Amino acid sequence: MLTTLIAGLVLGGTYALVAMGLTIQYGIARTMNLAYGETIVAAAFGAYLLHNSLGLSPILGLALLAPAGFVFSWLVYDVLMRPLVRRSKGGPALEIDTILATFGLLFVIQGVMLVGFGGNYISYSYMNFGVSILGATVAANRLLALVLALALGGALYLALTRTRWGTALRAVSVAPQSAALVGIDADRAARFGFALGGALAACGGVVISMYQTFTASSGVIFTMKALIVVIMGGVGNLAGALSAGLILGLVETFVASYISPGLTLAAVYLIFLVILLWRPTGLFGKARR
Amino acid sequence: MTDLSRRRVLRTFGASVALAALLTTSTSFAQDRTSVRIGYAISKTGPNSGGAGITTLPNYQLWVKEVNDAGGLELPDGKKLPIEVVEYDDRSSAEEVVRSVERLASQDKVDFILPPWGTGFNLAVAPLFDRFGYPQLAVSAVTDKAPEFVKRWKKSFWMLGGGHDYTDALAGLLTKAAEGGHFNKKIAMISVADGFGIDLVSAARPSFQKAGFEVVYDVTYPAGTTDFTPMINEAMASGADAFVAFSYPPETFAITQQSQVARFNPKIMYLGVGTGFPVYGKNNGENAEGVMSLGGVDPKSEANAAYRKKHEEVTGKAPDLWGSVVTYNSLQMLQQAIKRRGLDREAVADELSSGTFQTVLGEVKLEDNQLRKLWFGGQWQGGNFVAVAPVDREGAVPAILPKPAWK
Repeated sequence: MLTTLIAGLVLGGTYALVAMGLTIQYGIARTMNLAYGETIVAAAFGAYLLHNSLGLSPILGLALLAPAGFVFSWLVYDVLMRPLVRRSKGGPALEIDTILATFGLLFVIQGVMLVGFGGNYISYSYMNFGVSILGATVAANRLLALVLALALGGALYLALTRTRWGTALRAVSVAPQSAALVGIDADRAARFGFALGGALAACGGVVISMYQTFTASSGVIFTMKALIVVIMGGVGNLAGALSAGLILGLVETFVASYISPGLTLAAVYLIFLVILLWRPTGLFGKARR
Repeated sequence: MTDLSRRRVLRTFGASVALAALLTTSTSFAQDRTSVRIGYAISKTGPNSGGAGITTLPNYQLWVKEVNDAGGLELPDGKKLPIEVVEYDDRSSAEEVVRSVERLASQDKVDFILPPWGTGFNLAVAPLFDRFGYPQLAVSAVTDKAPEFVKRWKKSFWMLGGGHDYTDALAGLLTKAAEGGHFNKKIAMISVADGFGIDLVSAARPSFQKAGFEVVYDVTYPAGTTDFTPMINEAMASGADAFVAFSYPPETFAITQQSQVARFNPKIMYLGVGTGFPVYGKNNGENAEGVMSLGGVDPKSEANAAYRKKHEEVTGKAPDLWGSVVTYNSLQMLQQAIKRRGLDREAVADELSSGTFQTVLGEVKLEDNQLRKLWFGGQWQGGNFVAVAPVDREGAVPAILPKPAWK
């Protein structure tokens, strides 16, 4: 029982880590980034390259790739998103436009990775040893994902709720038009939020690459999982993403252990539906307007 | 049809004459043709690209390069024609692969079509190959129904055996292990709920029952599962000496890693697709030792060693240790059949079906359009994935039992 609980939490940590960036991008920049998973996979490739050709540990890779993800997403927002934001004038067209634009971006990034690395399965192992927690053995690399998710999630949560800067970001997320009235540069805040999401995606990619096999075309799997977690937790809410991720991990592990591994997917979507019926805006979501 | 004027009739007649003339000229073109057109549709993108990119596509590229470097495909009259490739990406979509093969046959009018990757895709295009009269050298397709398919599609060839071949070979290995006292006749088995896993597990159950083994844990999991901790814990608790997983590559890698973390050391560990990838040996190093899977290569075969070396030189990566060499073998067979019978597809199919070929696998002759002399089980031993089953086939290396504990 305790073993299952811990295994579930550790698996949930991965889901939460993957979803946090998306929830920030969607919540603050109000852009539905379908190329999110590709950013994760690109970072995973980066970590793999650093590890295999330069012998650099993925932990160091994290320090390099997280800023790289930040810069990359900053540029993407500048080049691709900003014209869309201007055109939509804050209307509902923005979400649809960004979905279409990032859908295109998905194939661009995927194509570049396919040309660069081919379609092969990529995997390496790092920190693949057991750590004993309360009698349960968990993989160190997966534990790292959980710790990172909790640390990043906690730190960002505090920053968003306790600092002036965070309040400004949240203001933009709640009412992008009105934020400008109180002297907040909404455009800059949105761009920063998008870039921050990119950095989080890169962190997720690096950590995941340590224990999960990936290919140039596996980004969409990550986007899907992240999307479920984000919608379940409430869009734009870090605590929501964290708890929804952990819930998913627990559900999967408990179903696999006590019912049947064949029903894990079904159970995940069942929980997803139940939560949405109970709280249509997600666990921590607030009704908007 | 009353206005069938003379002029109209004449025009039609004239057009048909012109067309007929065109046809004859095109046949004379064919006689002094400058190349042999070979087409294929393969998954370069999408979920299948991982498998196609290791077992199939590199071998097509290697073969075409080798043939063209040597002056081209040799025809019965001794003339050599270079290969011209028409390649499509099926984007891992079954509709797309069907469309592409149809296009290759009807629009590009290629001389031969090489098969796509995967059991499902080969079955999807088999009726097309048959309708357009192309021989289909299906390699990356494991199916127990091959004898039926051969009757339905006369020009289809099946080169990688059926599910029960592999599970019978595994049962043979386990029987030997039980005789040696390394196996308590209890098996824990997991399988992916998708084509390969379903085929293999439904062949495995009767194979194991026939051999008198008890399957104490038998579950399926959805494709794409990344966390195997619950299943490994259950398998560990089941008390079985043998752990069998009919898994896809990402899952195979994950199971290996997570078994190490959980210190799960069954005496016999048999995993699915991916175990025979060179990267498996590279990533796991000493820990790969003793892990078994489908396929395997004869470590003493010089032809095979030469093939592996060339494969690495040309494509920049090592071939896998199961289907790759069989794929290459199928291309050599095609090449030799063309050399003997020319570009007539009917004759080539006939030759493939009845001829004897010298390939990287040695002397090859198909039985009922199927390649039956195969290695059905391999084991990592000292950095090589060597053939250990069928145990009674000559050249089979004795398996290392029990599997050494994780380092």
